Amino acid sequence: MEKILVGLKRVVDYNVRVRVKSDGSGVETDGVKMSINPFDEIALEEALRIKERGEASEVVVVSVGGSEAQQQLRTGLAMGADRAILVVTESELDPLTGARVLMELVDREQPGLVLLGKQAIDNDNNQTGQMLAALWGRPQATFASEVVLNGDTAKVTREVDVGLESIDIDLPAVITADLRLNEPRYVKLPDIMKAKKKPLDEIQFAEMGVESAVPVANLQFEPPQQRAKGIMVDDVAGLVSALKDKGLL
Amino acid sequence: MSKILLIAEHDGATLNPSTAKCVACAAQISGAEIDVAVFAEEGAAVAAQAAELQSVSKVLQLDNPANANALAATLAPQVSALADGYSHVFGPSTTFGKDLMPRVAALLGVNQISDIMEVLGSHKFKRPIYAGNAIVTVEASPDLPVVATVRTASYQAIEAGNSAAVEAASPDADLPTHTRFLEIQAGKSDRPDLQTAAKVVSGGRALASAENFDLIFKLADALGAGAGASRAAVDAGYVPNEMQVGQTGKIIAPELYIAIGISGAIQHLTGIKDAGTIVAINKDEEAPIFEVADIGLVGDLFDIVPQLTEAVSSQ
Repeated sequence: MEKILVGLKRVVDYNVRVRVKSDGSGVETDGVKMSINPFDEIALEEALRIKERGEASEVVVVSVGGSEAQQQLRTGLAMGADRAILVVTESELDPLTGARVLMELVDREQPGLVLLGKQAIDNDNNQTGQMLAALWGRPQATFASEVVLNGDTAKVTREVDVGLESIDIDLPAVITADLRLNEPRYVKLPDIMKAKKKPLDEIQFAEMGVESAVPVANLQFEPPQQRAKGIMVDDVAGLVSALKDKGLL
Repeated sequence: MSKILLIAEHDGATLNPSTAKCVACAAQISGAEIDVAVFAEEGAAVAAQAAELQSVSKVLQLDNPANANALAATLAPQVSALADGYSHVFGPSTTFGKDLMPRVAALLGVNQISDIMEVLGSHKFKRPIYAGNAIVTVEASPDLPVVATVRTASYQAIEAGNSAAVEAASPDADLPTHTRFLEIQAGKSDRPDLQTAAKVVSGGRALASAENFDLIFKLADALGAGAGASRAAVDAGYVPNEMQVGQTGKIIAPELYIAIGISGAIQHLTGIKDAGTIVAINKDEEAPIFEVADIGLVGDLFDIVPQLTEAVSSQ
């Protein structure tokens, strides 16, 4: 295929322990380390491997957000993507509007495959890929742990609750990456330098002609309930007796 | 008044317990009328089980050879056609519901509310974000259908004892042929299902090999428990993916959870925070798992677990 489109979302880094702001208006993101959503990084790695096998000729990374999301796109370019598109908006888009933006980019770019992470680790919504597939009227293969391309079709193995499911889909399609699809490569310094010269186009969201969906309103944020402090036991006998006290043995 | 369409999860023969948990959530919306839709090749047996659930008004049985396997691309247009006249469309936040419901939401032109953990009103809910490190109260527009998934670990299955009417239905929808089911490789296990087991024993990277996971299985069997694992143990290839507990694996709420050789990354903890009692066995006393454990034991799992299995067996 000619082209693979990969979505990269800028999110609070995987290792940050997120805290709710004291006024309940959101979570603390000032001065917090930001990264590519880990599942999106896996999606990009898969696209690069497909291209390296000679099954695609171009990998385009796209993001939606403020100009700071350029950092994540540059990282994507350093990993090996050919060019990047940033849809600029200062307001956070809801999943359906985000899917509509991706649909507009699909119309413009005509990719043979769209690869996304199965969910973003900030809002944990797990919606955008499925929504894009619906708007596009094309197959979706969510939670992918293996992708095998066969010309106009793909066989995708999906991680589902009971085990592994395989489906066969026509291309073009949307595939969302699960954890074990691959292990993303590390970026090397020369690649970071090279990435600076790769094209990164900006498109203003307001100029795309995409209709905004009605968002679900976030009224208030709160920290989760903490569990009561537990006890330590010294040995197996102590553990067995503590379990008996709770009626669990 | 709220009229809720709830999409049943099943394997063709048996209703998945996630459905009874979804009904329990939907029944929290006051005055709600709840219809359960069973999409199957031949859904009579599953529909009969759904009809037994309390609070269900009626069951819609949608038989079609195309529904033999749950493919989101095939089901979504049918659900979307059936949704006309309903104020809410609910499904479980299992891989089945996570795959299907956003596709339905997009066809209906609305955003989805993912992982409802508490109902505050017909359009107001609580849901977890950031791997459960924050809880957000959300409100959907009263003018649009509410499409949502239910965090099943937050709800007890609603009781049986009902005998709701079962009606055949066939929504008018064009079904695509671009997505084809090939096969499912299900883990074979005689142990209780992770998502419904009252007790669960999980192992982590410290088990160090697939063979050593026998220690976990033996303890689980002595307790009559389900067996789970951390992401690290699954990534290392010790056990299959369906055993993974955590943010991106299974979210569970057993009465007893025993974490063995699991350090307790936040992504794992989010999968077990609703457990009744958490027991942690780990040689590192600084491991974060001890911050959430009700009972902690510091030591070498290779000594402790066989002793514990023997002590449990002799009870």
